[in-house]
Amino acid sequence: MLDLQGYGPRLLEGAGVTIQLALLSLALALVLGLVTASAKMSRNRLVHATATVYTTLIRGVPDLVLMMLLFFGGQMGVNVISDMLYDNFGIDYYISFNAFAAGVLTIGFIFGAYMGETFRGAFMAVDNGQIEAGRAYGMNNWLLFRRIRFPQMMRHALPGLSNNWMVLLKTTALVSVIGLTDMVRVAAEASRATHEPFVFLLPVAAAYLVIASVSEWIFARLQKRYNIGFGGH
Amino acid sequence: MLDISTWFNDILAGNLIFTAQTLGYYWEGLVTTTQLVFLSLVIGLVMAVPLAVLRGSKHQWIRLPIYLYTYVFRGTPLLIQLYIIYYGVVFVDGIQESFLWPLLREAFYPALIAFTLNTAAYTTEIFHGAIKATARGEIEAARAYGMSQNLMMRRIILPSAFRRALPAYGNEVIFMLHASAIASVVTLMDLTGAARFVYARYYAPFEAFLFVAAIYLCLTFAILYFFRFLEKKLLAHLRPLS
Repeated sequence: MLDLQGYGPRLLEGAGVTIQLALLSLALALVLGLVTASAKMSRNRLVHATATVYTTLIRGVPDLVLMMLLFFGGQMGVNVISDMLYDNFGIDYYISFNAFAAGVLTIGFIFGAYMGETFRGAFMAVDNGQIEAGRAYGMNNWLLFRRIRFPQMMRHALPGLSNNWMVLLKTTALVSVIGLTDMVRVAAEASRATHEPFVFLLPVAAAYLVIASVSEWIFARLQKRYNIGFGGH
Repeated sequence: MLDISTWFNDILAGNLIFTAQTLGYYWEGLVTTTQLVFLSLVIGLVMAVPLAVLRGSKHQWIRLPIYLYTYVFRGTPLLIQLYIIYYGVVFVDGIQESFLWPLLREAFYPALIAFTLNTAAYTTEIFHGAIKATARGEIEAARAYGMSQNLMMRRIILPSAFRRALPAYGNEVIFMLHASAIASVVTLMDLTGAARFVYARYYAPFEAFLFVAAIYLCLTFAILYFFRFLEKKLLAHLRPLS
């Protein structure tokens, strides 16, 4: 039988951290992605250029480097701010830098760029006639977005979203490098301490496969839901 | 040579972090990253072509193991794969007596194995998808010419599949470059490793990581333009006439 040598509860805790981290970053990435997609379709050149720079820079640099930049840089920035507060205003307040929040912000920020590209393509795939029909019914922009553009867009975006989510899930493993105790970090520590890498690393790998398979199933159901009325699939 | 180094020192004069020495670390990191990524991509590509063909085999006992391999390697983080190989290689029976041990003891080769297996899995799926998408008419035409299965694979299916797979493979190359950053986790001094070293030594996160980010960005663009050029050459027949 699998002997986890007392690391079992910590591994489970780590799995909890991984899942929370992945879901919260996904939420942030979806919001950022929608904003980026709208910005990229905007007629305002400054807005458009900002979004293009964001997606290009983020997609050109490794996740781990961005993570270290934001994490170590953020740590330093926070220290500078609390020093400044003390020097200028005499406020002795130490702002602690939360590793979990930093992880969510970084991963959300990175995948916002990928989601933005997915959403942009999906919005452009929505038949223009649908939008004209909505306008003809006198819908305002928000109602048009909620009732027509968003549901129609999701149909095209889902395969890309599912792909991005799988990559995001695997990217969460990187937070173990910058000090967050997710399941990869616990497994790596346990392997080093007990000299039995397979006992800890293989179950963690299997856990990723399980999460991936469950999400595949969920995405297949969503796909069915958003394809109602289009036949096939 | 002396001229260049004095010129270099003049330019860097007054710069506390980017001295000739730290730039040397970055240069060595660039060399390590390039070697690691290039070797794993080439070996991965060589592995992926037969695997992609066999992945579409009629026999389950050929198809399923390959599917399982790509499923596991694409479904788990590369970091885990790297840890398993890096920490696990010691425990393979007889490995410490074998002639490979001097190589495997260093971090470079376990990292190379992990990256190669990973990119081979992704590339297999990319090529498999491209092979599956071959137009029926091309296959029928090849059959009508009396081509054997092997000749058809070599002359018709594979060349056309390679062209179709090119954009997706370009993404995989960029993905591999970015993924290689985790080599620094197992003590390898790649580009990211150099940046971490400079950060730790001077406590200068912005300088250390922004500089390395700029290098990665340049590499990414170079790969991007190379693949655009290839696509333009190889997919010329698909371009609209006007």
